[in-house]
Amino acid sequence: MIYALCFTLILVGLYGITCKKNLIKIILGFIILDYGINLFLILIGFRKDGIAPILDKSMDINTFAATSVDPLPQALVLTSIVIGLAVTALMVALATRIYERYGSFDVTKINKLKG
Amino acid sequence: MKVLPYFVILPLAGSFLVIFIDSVLKDRKVRDTVADILANVIMLTLFILTLTLFGQSCSYFVGGWRPPFGINFLLDGLSHLMLVAVNLIALLSGIFSINYMSQYTARRHYWALFLLMLTGMNGVLLSGDFFNLFVFLEIASVASYALVGFGTEAEELEASFKYMVMGAVASSLVLMAVAVLYSRFGILNMSYISAAMPGESFDWLLKFSLFLFITAFSIKGALVPFHAWLPDAHPSAPAPVSAMLSGVLIETIGIYALTRVIFNVFSYKSILLANLGVISMMVGVLLALGQTDIKRLLAYSSISQVGYIVLGLGLGTPLGIFGALFHLINHSIFKSLLFLNSGSVFYRLKTRDLNSMGGLNKVMPVTGATSLVASLSISGLPPFNGFFSKLIIIIACVQSGHPVLAVWAVIGSVLTLAYFMKVQKLAFFGKLKEINKEIKESPFFMSASVIILAALCLATSFILLPGVRNKILTPAVNAVLNPTNYRMMVYIK
Repeated sequence: MIYALCFTLILVGLYGITCKKNLIKIILGFIILDYGINLFLILIGFRKDGIAPILDKSMDINTFAATSVDPLPQALVLTSIVIGLAVTALMVALATRIYERYGSFDVTKINKLKG
Repeated sequence: MKVLPYFVILPLAGSFLVIFIDSVLKDRKVRDTVADILANVIMLTLFILTLTLFGQSCSYFVGGWRPPFGINFLLDGLSHLMLVAVNLIALLSGIFSINYMSQYTARRHYWALFLLMLTGMNGVLLSGDFFNLFVFLEIASVASYALVGFGTEAEELEASFKYMVMGAVASSLVLMAVAVLYSRFGILNMSYISAAMPGESFDWLLKFSLFLFITAFSIKGALVPFHAWLPDAHPSAPAPVSAMLSGVLIETIGIYALTRVIFNVFSYKSILLANLGVISMMVGVLLALGQTDIKRLLAYSSISQVGYIVLGLGLGTPLGIFGALFHLINHSIFKSLLFLNSGSVFYRLKTRDLNSMGGLNKVMPVTGATSLVASLSISGLPPFNGFFSKLIIIIACVQSGHPVLAVWAVIGSVLTLAYFMKVQKLAFFGKLKEINKEIKESPFFMSASVIILAALCLATSFILLPGVRNKILTPAVNAVLNPTNYRMMVYIK
């Protein structure tokens, strides 16, 4: 169920990128897509009623492995969020420069390249 | 091997040093010279390092942690072949940039981004696990988005944004595919996943992730129907960057990554890829015929040449893969040479329109001669390298029982010759225009790097000799064909 919602989020993002005419809305579409995929990664490592993956001295290793959530996807998501931030920042920077040149955020008006 | 991480560390450190030095030094001329020297020394060092690694296959465990817990760098025949090509083209484009980039401001930012792009590409080639593959892919891509828009003119920004949206979606798909694989195997190391693959019959998770990988790398490698960004993005970048993008970037983050994933990790063989290659080849050729902007024409030609490479790979026979890898090396040499030539012409004439050139052989003999060599190589005329690699791909098509594909490859080659003859006729032969009488030959560093590349167009033909072939290309072909070797690599220190 929650996986289906996560895929819906990704598809909403793809819809935003492909169908919207405004540069800012395209960027928002990309952000939604990125978040959808991050959510998917987190879900892979998730376990219902799981504990934080920190091994205590008093804890038995087997019960720890059976109850804790998977820490690796969380580490991956951290990296992926940072990368997403860099890409989004560059996109916004480019969009503002494009607005300076063309005076518009509308992709149908930004069409000097042809052929 | 202790040397492997330096392919990532050196350019990464260099890109920060360039910015740092800039804030220390005051005089602009000294600053630019120091930045030029620093960046080129780093790239020369890297190129020499690649040459010391011939015939070795080894892995490096970051921090001493062995896989599957640690991260590893892997070097085998395939990644070594690509490493030599990437660092060679980076060095020569770097030498070319010394003169060429005097047209632009912000030299330090240029070098920082250029070295970051090199970091990303070297990382993709060496990385032994999927998540690092993704991270390095993003480093290379983000640097290239910024470099495409480096001139900050209206067209360049537009192309950069277009490229960026496509590239970002492709990267997201790679991450998604990696996530799906992780959910299936609970591991990220490529060798371990390769060993855990169930052989012939894939379940739907594996099929889904394979589909995502093929789509994503096809976007990155600009295969038709995902090619729309390339003819905008590659011409918009400064010429040395176009040479890097068309010559090695699409091959590294597109073709190399695709080969690694399909052949080594999934061990998946299908004629589908060969058909994709043929479609790319023909669409690229036909669209290139009508262009009058020289760099746009070259960009379309990149699409068609990548089609040849994918056609060879898709056949899956040893000869087909041999031809594909040979053509990959050749393409990186002659396509970067052609882009650098177009840069030389732009440097003097300030135009990319073929119709306003003409007779340039008289005033720019070095550029004219080298571009003739490159045009003959890319159109596949003997004794230049392009002839041999295309011939091998065509023979491989016939040998593996696909004569129709061979016919398409021949037609593509003839049409390539047609549009490069058009370039030669309009730009370098014919009558010199009155306003172009005062044009001089390109400056020293630019001429030097194109002459070296033209010499390489001839020299790489000798790769076919058995002695050289066994040293350079055969290990790469074996690496593609034997996933077992790849699985064993993680255990060799």
